Amino acid sequence: MEGVKAAFRQAAALAAGKAITLFARFVTAPRALWQGIEPTHAQRVYFANHSSNGDFVLIWTVLPAALRARTRPVAALDYWLKSPLRAFIGREMFNAVLIERRPEARTEDPVAQMAAALDEGSSLILFPEGGRNTGEAPLLPFKSGLYHLARLRPNVDLVPVWISNLNHVMPKGKVVPVPLICTLTFGAALRLDPNESKEAFLSRASASLLALSGMEAA
Amino acid sequence: MNGAPHLALLLGGVAGILVLATLIGQVLRARLDPQGTNPVIENLNARIAAWWGMVALLSIAFLAGRAGVILLFALLSFAALREFLSLTVKHAADHWSLAAGFFVILPLQYWLIWIDWYGLYSVFVPVYAFLLLPVVSALHGTTRHFLVRVAETQWALMICVFCISHVPALLTLQIPGFEGRNVMLIAWLIFVVQLSDVLQYVWGKLVGRHKVAPNLSPSKTWEGLVGGTLSASLIGASLWWMTPFTLTQAAGMCLVITTMGFFGGLVMSAIKRDKGVKDWGHMIAGHGGFIDRLDSVIFAAPIFFHLTRYWYSAV
Repeated sequence: MEGVKAAFRQAAALAAGKAITLFARFVTAPRALWQGIEPTHAQRVYFANHSSNGDFVLIWTVLPAALRARTRPVAALDYWLKSPLRAFIGREMFNAVLIERRPEARTEDPVAQMAAALDEGSSLILFPEGGRNTGEAPLLPFKSGLYHLARLRPNVDLVPVWISNLNHVMPKGKVVPVPLICTLTFGAALRLDPNESKEAFLSRASASLLALSGMEAA
Repeated sequence: MNGAPHLALLLGGVAGILVLATLIGQVLRARLDPQGTNPVIENLNARIAAWWGMVALLSIAFLAGRAGVILLFALLSFAALREFLSLTVKHAADHWSLAAGFFVILPLQYWLIWIDWYGLYSVFVPVYAFLLLPVVSALHGTTRHFLVRVAETQWALMICVFCISHVPALLTLQIPGFEGRNVMLIAWLIFVVQLSDVLQYVWGKLVGRHKVAPNLSPSKTWEGLVGGTLSASLIGASLWWMTPFTLTQAAGMCLVITTMGFFGGLVMSAIKRDKGVKDWGHMIAGHGGFIDRLDSVIFAAPIFFHLTRYWYSAV
């Protein structure tokens, strides 16, 4: 009986995943521009700007299906476990690595969780700004998680992904999306240099992401 | 719809042209570019392949009748509006007015055409949307770039919803002696305007020298313009027996719609230049976006609609 239930949940998650990518295509007609790297099977940590909860759906949608199956978003536990529906979307559909943002409530180290997911062979989608950017600045200062992960697993490629226009499609707090075309620009991979400081690395990563923001027009 | 024999003939003719174009494209590739590295030949073949898809889609809509045609152009409006508004100036304060453009104004406009309420669908976007949408934006906060934001949104709605909706609106005209054949107005309009686009491209590629607007579009030449519009008008006029027009009237109508079509390409190119993009979108391989393909029809359709309505329609 448990097996049947699990299989049913899995099938529902698969169907819902298909439906949500179809919806994302209908609303945003997303286009991937592979500027600095090709969509190959290599293990990667995709890190992107974060302005909407649709962000990882879009990255997920434009990844080729074979890569999509092995790519897990890193998401906030407090947000995604708030209701059974969100939990289903976060856990079953996207197979998210759920991390606790509030240090005082942590039972597990988020960076260790991400490293464990990498060790299982998954690629990750990460939003180093920590929360959704709702202001005028194009990019918020990065949290240190990306650096600590790069230090723990120095041989994994870190790929910047700039997502354009999505902040207008679904601003924080709005329920009706405005259909606008979104472009996802995948830049050249970077890695932590052995002697690089945390600040230097994070500002280099941030700059490499921001540099992609003007490229979709060209 | 009972334009069936003429429609079948016209679509058959288009299929013949596409077969010929496909052959020419393949021969050019085989002769000049077996590796597939020449961008002009590759783009030509991509365009021809996309034409097959577009003609197939249009044929299916014609087969499905009035509902099919209205639905197809509503979806084209949606895709075009999505492309246009992706490039305009906007702010979080515009969220509800933009959403209303997609989910209220667009469906209402096509519903008004479905129920044939000419008095309202001809003024709905230029009067009611024009006056009411800025109110929604004004009530939601910031006044920064307010005029630019509401003006660009209104332009998007005029181009993508109002103008495009005048293609299916042709079905509502009541022309004595032409009953049940209105679908031919649409087929003929699109055929002539798109043929003019294609022939302008062909003439331009073959003998084009003098640029019409060098700072706007490097591909628009006087030779292409004159050769394309005249040859398309000639072919369009020779099909006058499919239309409610006489031979001379059809020729005049052709000159008007091919010229408007050219203007459409020109104005939409200027907007692309202003916004720093090469194409409106990426959904139609070889052509760019939906607006790239529709720009000429967008400018020709409302004028064609009103000329036909004024001189030929009974109501």
